[in-house]
Order: sequence, then C-alpha cells, then structure tokens
Amino acid sequence: MGLLFDIFINPFVEMASGLDFLLQVLWEGFVSGTLYALIALGFVLIFKASGVFNFAQGIMVVFAALTLVGLHALGIPAFLALILAVAIMALLAVTVERVVLRHLVNQPDIILFMVTIGLTYFLIGFGELVFGGDPKSMITEELGLPTGSTVFDVFDGIVILQHLDVAAAVISAIMVAGLAVFFNKTRIGRALRAVADDHQAALSVGISLNQIWAIVWFAAGIVALTTGIMWGAKSDVSFALQIVALKALPVLILGGFTSIPGAIVGGLIIGMGEKLFEVYWGGLLGGGVEGWFAYVIALIFLLFRPQGLFGEKIIERV
Amino acid sequence: MLYREAGQFKTSYQADQAAFPIFQDQLAVWAILAVAFIGVPLVGNDFFLNSIMIPFLIFALASVGLNILTGYAGQLSLGTGAFMGVGAYACYKLTTIFPDVNIVIMIVASGFFSAGIGMIFGLPSLRIKGFYLVVTTLAAQFFLEWCFIRIAWLYNYNPSGAIEVPQREAFGVILTGASATPVTRYLLVLSIVVVMTWIAFNIIRGRIGRSWMMIRDMDIAAELMGVKPLNAKLSAFAVSSFYCGVAGAMMVFFWLGAAEVESFDVNHSFLILFMVILGGLGSIKGAFMGAAFIWILPILIRAAPGWIGIEVQAATVEHLNFMLIGGLIIFFLIIEPHGLARLWSIGKQKLRVWPFPY
Repeated sequence: MGLLFDIFINPFVEMASGLDFLLQVLWEGFVSGTLYALIALGFVLIFKASGVFNFAQGIMVVFAALTLVGLHALGIPAFLALILAVAIMALLAVTVERVVLRHLVNQPDIILFMVTIGLTYFLIGFGELVFGGDPKSMITEELGLPTGSTVFDVFDGIVILQHLDVAAAVISAIMVAGLAVFFNKTRIGRALRAVADDHQAALSVGISLNQIWAIVWFAAGIVALTTGIMWGAKSDVSFALQIVALKALPVLILGGFTSIPGAIVGGLIIGMGEKLFEVYWGGLLGGGVEGWFAYVIALIFLLFRPQGLFGEKIIERV
Repeated sequence: MLYREAGQFKTSYQADQAAFPIFQDQLAVWAILAVAFIGVPLVGNDFFLNSIMIPFLIFALASVGLNILTGYAGQLSLGTGAFMGVGAYACYKLTTIFPDVNIVIMIVASGFFSAGIGMIFGLPSLRIKGFYLVVTTLAAQFFLEWCFIRIAWLYNYNPSGAIEVPQREAFGVILTGASATPVTRYLLVLSIVVVMTWIAFNIIRGRIGRSWMMIRDMDIAAELMGVKPLNAKLSAFAVSSFYCGVAGAMMVFFWLGAAEVESFDVNHSFLILFMVILGGLGSIKGAFMGAAFIWILPILIRAAPGWIGIEVQAATVEHLNFMLIGGLIIFFLIIEPHGLARLWSIGKQKLRVWPFPY
C-alpha cells in the first residue's frame, strides 16, 4: 500500500507543492531533450537519404567538437577555426562516400550499419591519436555564445535559465527549420527524398547517388558540429559523449526513423520524461535510472506503435 | 587435387544427412580437435592459454550464440554483453548458495537463467524488427547493467561491487579460482565449447533451425507456411541467450576470476557483434573465425612494435589499434560482406577444382 502510494500519489503531491522546482526540472529536461534531438536529427538525415543507420553520428559529434577546439588551440581565431572545422567535416563526408559507401551500394542494411561501426572505431582511434584522449573545454566565449544566467521568480520560487541553454534551443530551432525548408523546397532536397525512397529509381531519373550521399553526410557533419559545440559548452568535450549519443536511438524510435519533426518531439519527450522520472520516481529504485529509462520508454512505446510517432505506416507484402 | 569428393558415394539416407559428408572434411575436423585437445595443452605456455586460447574460445561461444539470433533468426541484438552478465551473476549466486554442486553443472544451469531473461526481452521482437529491435535490446543492456550495480544481492553485498570466483573442485582437481592451472581451465572451456557448438550445429540443421531461417528470410511468408513466429523468435532468443549466458559464466569463472559491471558493458556487445559479422552471418565456423580475428589481431598489433624494435607509447599503440580495427572492419566488409566464412568457402571451391579450373 505504501509502495503504491509512493508510486501513484506522492510524486504528484511533490510536483504540486513545488511548482518552481517542477518547472526547473522540466526546463532541464527540455534542454537535454534538445541535444538528444540534435543528435537524432543527424541520424535521421542520413537514414532518410541513404537508408544507412549511421552509428558514427555520436563520434562525429565528438570529432567535430574536438577539431574545433584543437584548431583553436593552435592559435587560429575562433571564427576561422569554425570555418575550417566545417571544411574538415565536408572532407570527411566526401572521404566516407569515396572510400566506403561507394563500394557498398545495394548491400543489406546490416552491412552498412556495421560499416558505420567500423567508421566509429576508426574515428575514435584517429581522434585520440591527433587530439589526445583527455577532455577539453569548449571555446564558448570565443564563439560569441552567451554565458551567465537569468533568474525568474515564479510560483513563489525561482527558476534559473542558463543563457547558453536558451541559445542552444534557439539555434536548434533555426537549424531544424532550415533543414525542413532544404528538404521540402530545394532541388537537392527533393533529390534526397527520391534517393531515400528508391535508389534505383532515383538513379534512373538522373540523380547522382554519390553526390547526394556526400551532401547528406556533410549536412549530418554540420549538425554534428553544432551539437558538439552546444554539448561541449555544457560539459567538456570528451569521448564519453559517444555513449550519450546512444540515447538518440530511443529518441529515433519514438519519433520514427524518417521524420524530422519526430526526432524533435521524440527528443523532448525523452529528455523531459527521463528527468521527471529520475527526480520524482528514481529514489524508489535507488537512483541512476536515467541510464535506461529512455530505452524502456521506447520499448513500451514500440509495443503499441511500431512505426513511431510520426513514422510512415509499415506495409509489408510477401 | 587433395580436396576432391569424387568417388565418395552416399548409399544411405543417413550418409546423405551427415554433418560432414566429405571425407577430407571429417579428417580436418578430427585433426583440429586433436590439436586443440592434445597439441595446444602440450605446447602452449600460460600466456598463450590464458590470454589467447581461453578468451578466444569463450568469445567464440558467445559469437555462436549471437549468430543463432542474428545470423540464423535475423533478429539484430546489442544486448549480448548483458546476457553474458546474467549468466555470470546467476552462476555466481548458484555456486555460493549450493557450494557442493559441480561447477560445470552450475555453469550450464546459469544458461537457463540467461535464456529466461533473453525470452522476456525477446518479446518485443514479435511486434518490431530490424533497427527498432536494436533499441529494445539496448534497453535490455542498460537495464541489466543497472541491475548489476544496484541489486547488491546479486554480488552478495560485496563492498567492491565485484563478483569474485570462489575455489571449486571436482574429483580432486581444482577447477576455478586463483590456484586452478591454465591447462585445466583451458580443457574445461574447450570441452564445453565443443559440446555446445556441436549441439548448436545440429539444432540449426534440424526443424527448429530451419524455422529460424524461414523467419529470417521473410517472416510473413514463413507465418503463412505454418511457422509460428512466437515459437520461432522466442526460441531463438532463448537458445541464443543460453549460449551467451554460458559464455559469460565461463568468462568470469575460467578466465577473469573476478568481474564487475564493466566486463558486460555495451562495448562487449559490439565486440561480439563484430565477431559475428566479420566471421559471417549465419555460419558457425564464421563465429570462430571472427572471434579469432577480432581477439588475436589486437594482441598481435600490441606486440608488433616490440618485435621490430620500435619504442611506441602504449597509448599510441592503443589508438592505432582502434584505427586499424576500424579500418579492417570496413575493408573486410567492402571486399566480402558475407564475412570470412564466405572467403573460406570460396577458397575451398577453388581448391576443389585446382589445378585445372575448367
């Protein structure tokens, strides 16, 4: 009886009694949700355009951020370093297409998936070799990102908003809007969607698969760089980020693999859900539930809606 | 010239169904077994047995387990590490509760716990497939890892949070613990691996294995032809987790000696998935080849600078190691996406018509 009370009534009483705290928790969940959503966005971009489940997205985030920080450490001004980092992500995209993907057209999905894991290992080794394995701090101020925080008085309490978090949310929103326009309105965007639908049919109407893949990996690289900057500004830039990037998987599940709005909504649901659960229910289980809660939400969710929130209905024929 | 089946006639159904219908293959299998059971313990030193052969065999068994699930039944899984963990913790609990029972029995019994957990986490596979399933198996991975940390009962409230292998003996021979000789542990691991591989090989050739392959190739078609997806998928999860569980228990009891959660983390799941894919999906010998490749290659890379007399920092070697492994995975997948097992059978085919390939 006491347990049921702890599960079903107590947390809500707590929430109602400390509204300001609830708001703070929700905001923090919102912020980490945006970051999950950004990583998930990188996955979705590549999955949409090539059907490749790009496991390397997580390490691309780390790699992009490390490149930026590493270049700046060499004495290059921040904005020049940013441009150079973008150029390096472009180079990476072209290399991946040339060396890896070109040879694997028409292979089963799992093979492409494995190749991206191979790429992950390669990038981990390469990144550690070049930049060293220890965590580095992001060059937040040099990039002109706001720091500091604002305190709001609400519900007889306070809610603290970090300016950086606000900036992260705004930049993500702009980027998502930009990507949506890019996908739906431009010529290349249409070509991307055609490739996603059917490789062969796209080839037969004159779309260059190689070019499209390089472009989409580059787009994912830009998303990775943005994510890397935002995340790096919140904590340090280290290879541990890569495990956090796995959290993008349940986000994808919630949102559906092919939907950009899905990635955003999924990210927010997971981010807020796991913070709420950790704060109000986590104590019952001894804490540390953040590690698996997202996956369990995704699991339960999948049982009822296998194609995700916004995914296209899966129709199968024999 | 040597490898030719001409003149080997099958005169009964039994001969036709034999596991190795070609005489040269039978010879090769017996030769390998002889080398493994007699040659290796005679020649191998402690380092060779401890750091190469025992882990190789254990990972090979886990790869066979994952291969059953991913290669034969087509269900992609990233929860292998956790299922190995379930086996290890179950075995630890069993042997501390019943210290007098033979440890080999306990290791096999712990496989059943792992199989049960595997079936529970296999349930979503009835509704979802492909990469979606990866996420549910990741849920298993992270949830079980959390359980291994938070449920202190599992490691007998040991303040360090680790499970330490107690000494167990049977028929006067010390089998586990610090004072067990590498040769004993090696032979024990080898026997279990050989028997279980043989069982897996025959399950796959039989009715159950065929139903798995039907599910893998097209589950809706398989269902229309009378294969029950519930039975086929859950049995694949159960058998696969059983193998992983036994491998995990052996890993702790015959190799590591003590283990924490880190021994069963998601990186191990990846490691075993690599072995399966590089070796070749849907091939038992591929599982062994993949395990050999992924396990032994890094050891060689680490040792290589020493042989040619170059001093390289350990960290640098480690980074290069990562790069090389990643590069080789990409390389192998490009030249032969069906893995080492396919390369092997291509080689065998060439050998069959050599020296006159017309």
